[in-house]
Amino acid sequence: MRPSLVALALGLACAGPARAAEEVSTFTLKNGLELVVIEDHRAPVVTQMVWYRIGAADEAPGHSGIAHFFEHLMFQGTDDLAPGEFSATVEAQGGNDNAFTSWDYTAYFQRVAADRLDLMMQMEADRMRDLTLSEQDVATERQVIVEERGQRTDSDPGALLREQMGAAQYLNHPYGRPVIGWLHEITALSRDDALAFYRANYAPNNAIVVVAGDVTPDAALKLAETHYGPLEPSASITPRARPSEPPHLSERRIVLQDERVSEPYVVRSYLATERNPGDQRKAAALTLLAELLGGNPTTSVFARELQFNRGVATWSAAFYDGTSVDPATFGVYVMPVPDVALADAEAALDAVIDGFLKDGVDPEELARIKTQVRASTIYGRDNAEGLANMYGQALAVGLTVKDVQDWPDILQSVTEEEIMAAATEVFDKRRAVTGWLQTPAPVKEAKE
Amino acid sequence: MILRIALFLVALATPLRAEIAIQEVTSPGGIKAWLVEDHNIPFMALELRFRGGTSLDQPGKRGAINLMAATLEEGAGEMDAQGFAAARDGLAAKIGFGAGSDEISVSAQTLTENRDTTMGLLHLALTAPRFDQDAVERVKGQVLAGLRAEEQDPSAIAARLARARAYGDQPYGSSGDGTIEGVTSLTRDDVLAAWQGAMAQDRLYVAAAGDISAAELGLLLDKLLSDLPATGWPMPPKAALDEKPGVVVQAFPGPQSVVLFGHGGIGFDDPDFFAASLLNDILGGGRFSSRLMQEVREKRGLTYGIGTGLASRDLSAEWVGQFQASNDKVAEAIKVVRDEWARMASEGVTEQELATAKTYMTGAYPLRFDGNGPIASILVGMQMLGLSSDYPKTRNDKVNAVTMQDIRRVAARLLKPENLSFVVVGEPAGVVATE
Repeated sequence: MRPSLVALALGLACAGPARAAEEVSTFTLKNGLELVVIEDHRAPVVTQMVWYRIGAADEAPGHSGIAHFFEHLMFQGTDDLAPGEFSATVEAQGGNDNAFTSWDYTAYFQRVAADRLDLMMQMEADRMRDLTLSEQDVATERQVIVEERGQRTDSDPGALLREQMGAAQYLNHPYGRPVIGWLHEITALSRDDALAFYRANYAPNNAIVVVAGDVTPDAALKLAETHYGPLEPSASITPRARPSEPPHLSERRIVLQDERVSEPYVVRSYLATERNPGDQRKAAALTLLAELLGGNPTTSVFARELQFNRGVATWSAAFYDGTSVDPATFGVYVMPVPDVALADAEAALDAVIDGFLKDGVDPEELARIKTQVRASTIYGRDNAEGLANMYGQALAVGLTVKDVQDWPDILQSVTEEEIMAAATEVFDKRRAVTGWLQTPAPVKEAKE
Repeated sequence: MILRIALFLVALATPLRAEIAIQEVTSPGGIKAWLVEDHNIPFMALELRFRGGTSLDQPGKRGAINLMAATLEEGAGEMDAQGFAAARDGLAAKIGFGAGSDEISVSAQTLTENRDTTMGLLHLALTAPRFDQDAVERVKGQVLAGLRAEEQDPSAIAARLARARAYGDQPYGSSGDGTIEGVTSLTRDDVLAAWQGAMAQDRLYVAAAGDISAAELGLLLDKLLSDLPATGWPMPPKAALDEKPGVVVQAFPGPQSVVLFGHGGIGFDDPDFFAASLLNDILGGGRFSSRLMQEVREKRGLTYGIGTGLASRDLSAEWVGQFQASNDKVAEAIKVVRDEWARMASEGVTEQELATAKTYMTGAYPLRFDGNGPIASILVGMQMLGLSSDYPKTRNDKVNAVTMQDIRRVAARLLKPENLSFVVVGEPAGVVATE
């Protein structure tokens, strides 16, 4: 263990710091705030990310969208800063800032010259507990969110299909709600709702601060203690226990027709295991399965069969991200060439999946994928922000630093047998939603 | 997520200077390159640019250069498309090709342990691409799917309309991807001709960053690039911009309209470029605190995001902007844009605004040089702009030298609210089209 003189002098309970290949140190302040420091001294730049363990899947029924709405409101004022002054201050320092919300977390970040970290921490600590909101600011920002939903969801048939499929995928778990929220619930969110949400969820014992770049662990810890250390923890933070899924007994099918569709496609999602602390092998197998089936646009199983051999698809893909608190999804996708119908494209996709379950893994393709996984740990060090994101996301969903650091080795050690077992388990249509995106059938009658 | 608008890569900058040591390298065979050597991580990023890009498409062959660039990775030498991909991935190398309106870009990253093999593979792709008939047809199908999708995408429809209005039959007047009809008729011979015409040494720019020495880079470049043809197609002439002030509306179903707007701009080589950059930053650059973000989004809630940028390209320069808004809010948003444009043209900016914009631009600049990939890309871009390799050391001084008098003069010179052209795609309420 590395001595943490600063911490000791301040009477802190410090866990760690644990050290890794990419120079990662971790600390926990007395008030429960976790600090992760990733060193990269190549350029005088630093990124701070503050991750809260609160997301769309933690919202109260009827309040869909409040986690994301609140993310916007965090850029309003505090007792010390006027509305908009947060971003203006970052920008005046030559930095950039932004935020994002998912089902499991809400994260805020700034990228600045390394000597401005002090100010960034001061401002993030300020808005963690001292936000102020006027009725007018809330009303205007709600309008912005309505515009955001219009731009990102309602203007995009593919996004609408994903939203419908998500709702059908989860019978009981709140992952079925869109992160941005349902429009009728967004428009009903009030200032009181926002303040109640804030007081319940924004506190040091619900936050992870990741600092990546040109800073030493000791310096970062000292700053964190100065700014975050005095904040009172909240007594209302409890482990996340969301409604879970009952057995899925029946395949679901969604057809979304929209006149704005030009290239119809079929997409299917299957309920799938997520990464869990100390238990990531199945998720690793699913990660490699997605790569094998549809990761590479030229050499994957789908590309070879659907695009090259059968010539039925323009594009195909498979995707899986198991970094979540609760069960995730495994996706497959095929966009047929113009003269192939969706039903035929789906049949071809199913035939290729069945063929894979019989034939097994191509060992050469698996070896290439593992080579790329190994290389990605080298290329990844070129991007400190990417590392900050990787650690922050993992910690926000309940994984540990050790889980993150074990992950590449677990991927390397996954066997063909484990991948096939994962495939056999996940490809169960009773737990799947199949979506068709298409243009409406031509209307026979002349219009009035 | 809150939208961050990055319309164009306009040079941005801290009291910090970009402490970056750029070496100018000339290979034994005479190929020039810029290098930032950094041995911290055992890999190298290499960036190549061929000036001209899709603007070199020959008459009747629009889309050929884009199709060619997209097919370069589909097999070379003895390897077909799958063989090439397997070889590249087995080396954990990254090789990408792209075609823009002013340049063809080649981006490669390789682990040091695999550098020679990876460069051998890239050499094959550049000098012995197969362009197999089935590969050309397959990639053509992907390009066509993209073009059909664009016909149903209001942003793409607006971009096409704006281009055509501004430039007509000139290269900038149409998408470099081509049209459905045009791409359908392209042949393998067109692709071959595009390769020979657009990727020659007389238009080549090279930069590298990472784990390689200047001597090693020189030897590498000779092997990689000296087999390219010495010369290619002549460069296209400068484009004439037809401003067409007014409002044009094209109907498209949906809850929102896409709005593009703009008029003539300023070339990067113009002495007033930095004053214009500061003006743009204050008006609608990438910051939440820009005037347009404050007036249109923060005060009125009319949009999720609005931004402007100086589109200073090789053949023409424009000052452009864009936003999306609900159909019943478009008219008001357009009025606010016009008002802000006029206000800045007549009043300029405040001293406080100028000071803040300078701090932002000078502060943001060094933050861009953060990694081998970004550095190689910035270095090759600087060469294409004709900058010297000590530019990062002097650039912030040029920003700081801009005075309030410069700002007022350049605002009056460039901002012409009466010349603004708005292209609206959607079903906007209360927007009066002028044509």
